[in-house]
Amino acid sequence: MEKDKILNELLNSIGMHKMGPDIAHVEIHGNEVLGAHLVEGLFVESESFKDGVNIKIRVKKDTKIKNPVRFCFGLIPENGIQKLNINTVIEENASASFIANCTFPNAKNIQHLMNATITIEKGAELKYFERHIHGPEGGVTIVPVTKVIVKENARYSTEFELIKGAAGVIELDYKAEVEKDSTVDMKARIFGRLKDKIHIKEAAHLLGQGSVGVLTSHIALKDDADATVENEIIADAPFARGHVDCKEIVQGRAKARAVPVVQVNDPRAHVTHEAAIGSVDTKQLETLLTRGLTEDEAIEMIIAGLLK
Amino acid sequence: MNILEIKNLTLKKDNRILLDNINIEIWAGYVHAIVGPNGAGKSTLANTIMGLSGYRDFSGDILYEGRSIKNLSIDERARLGITLVFQEPARFEGLPVDDFILAGVKDKKTNLIDEALLKVGLDPIKYRQRSVDKTLSGGERKRIELASIYAMKPKLVFLDEPDSGVDIDSVKYIFEIIKEFKKNGTTVILVTHSQEVLKQSDHGFLLCAGKLICKGEVNKLFEYFTGKCAPCNHVGKPDKE
Ligand SMILES: Nc1ncnc2c1ncn2[C@@H]1O[C@H](COP(=O)(O)OP(=O)(O)O)[C@@H](O)[C@H]1O
Ligand SMILES: [Mg+2]
Repeated sequence: MEKDKILNELLNSIGMHKMGPDIAHVEIHGNEVLGAHLVEGLFVESESFKDGVNIKIRVKKDTKIKNPVRFCFGLIPENGIQKLNINTVIEENASASFIANCTFPNAKNIQHLMNATITIEKGAELKYFERHIHGPEGGVTIVPVTKVIVKENARYSTEFELIKGAAGVIELDYKAEVEKDSTVDMKARIFGRLKDKIHIKEAAHLLGQGSVGVLTSHIALKDDADATVENEIIADAPFARGHVDCKEIVQGRAKARAVPVVQVNDPRAHVTHEAAIGSVDTKQLETLLTRGLTEDEAIEMIIAGLLK
Repeated sequence: MNILEIKNLTLKKDNRILLDNINIEIWAGYVHAIVGPNGAGKSTLANTIMGLSGYRDFSGDILYEGRSIKNLSIDERARLGITLVFQEPARFEGLPVDDFILAGVKDKKTNLIDEALLKVGLDPIKYRQRSVDKTLSGGERKRIELASIYAMKPKLVFLDEPDSGVDIDSVKYIFEIIKEFKKNGTTVILVTHSQEVLKQSDHGFLLCAGKLICKGEVNKLFEYFTGKCAPCNHVGKPDKE
């Protein structure tokens, strides 16, 4: 009974309701797995400990999971810790897409520590999308640490979104090793406000010939928020290609730093980067002002585009 | 009736006179042109009337529908019905074409988006899923800009070099929509150094080195512009003419 109530609150906070039998889903509140439904070829094992859950996820060789698997992690109370240790293997030539909603709607003092290792075997593909929903005052410290190995001819894309509610403290650290002819694409879209402290570290090590890495961070900051983005691409192999894209719009007393590192250890590799940090572009702003939008409306529209 | 009157407008920047005692009257309901060679001060004049940043410190006055607007902000002027299309429209990452077209529209009916795109010859099915970003060509971007003006239905619009950066195909649609604006009662001011664009107007003003040289009905102005200005090719001061 109690369990159902929490599950409902959890799903309500992310605007999700009953799902059909062909959609796999897993819900974890604190250190308790509240619900799970699997589909053919998807294996999820879990084991609770004091403050969290160890989770093993496996997508079987050659399985193509049609619908995105829905994960919902979170805590309904104002205070607490949630530690998730997740080990994911996408076996050869399998493919799946995961949507993880992390929700802390009432957070005052919550720690969400996620430690993930992901292996994408040869020819396999994983699309991972993580959306955070926080309360209006932050009160959450989130530390997602992920290590990914993308084997030959495999693909991995990940997208981290925190647009609703205050971020709180984010210490994101994603590392990928990218083997021959494989691709990694990491995106972070964050709106920081109040006293949010955001630290993004994304790194792609392009080890294999013809490997590709794209790291994108689009961040908007206002009030007293502070963000540092360290994106790093190291290319070791011939014909490896990488691109780092960091855009931050800064308003109020907010502060932003971008530290792109691009390193090429083979003359046939090619890595580029673009970074733009500053207030809203004057021409964009004036274009919308000439349409009669107020300055606030115009800025909101420009930021919404950047974070899309 | 005059929709706009510029009175003794002088604008200096870094001790250079960019606009020198300009007096202009704009009749409502016509297509006007501000013509002149590169660097004449045409864009400066349009930007000043719109109130853009960097163009707010001038002497003289700007009367719109009989009242001074010189102390109004850009968006206040826009809400009175004045708008401007930049020579190089801004690109917006992630801003959907739909939202952009409706940005200046109060009554946000979505069928207006289709109507506006069709007016500039763009297929709504194709373009409504896109963003006003750098993946659009110069011509596409400019046409979407004009579609947004069509939807906004301003009373007065400045089109700064409407044919620049635009392929021949797009120019045709741009000239069409200028006629459409006029039909809908919008007063159009074309800011241009092109004779082809000048031909789209009813009436115009010739600017050179920040001074108003001549004004009048388009044929007269065209003659002067092609006869005296084009061969002259001078940059700078009219007193050395
Ligand atoms: N914001 C500005 N600050 C300083 N000089 C300017 C500014 N805008 C225009 N100018 C100068 O004014 C002159 C006229 O420019 P502009 O109005 O753009 O000419 P046109 O549009 O007729 O080609 C040029 O010499 C230009 O460099
Ligand atoms: Mg100009």
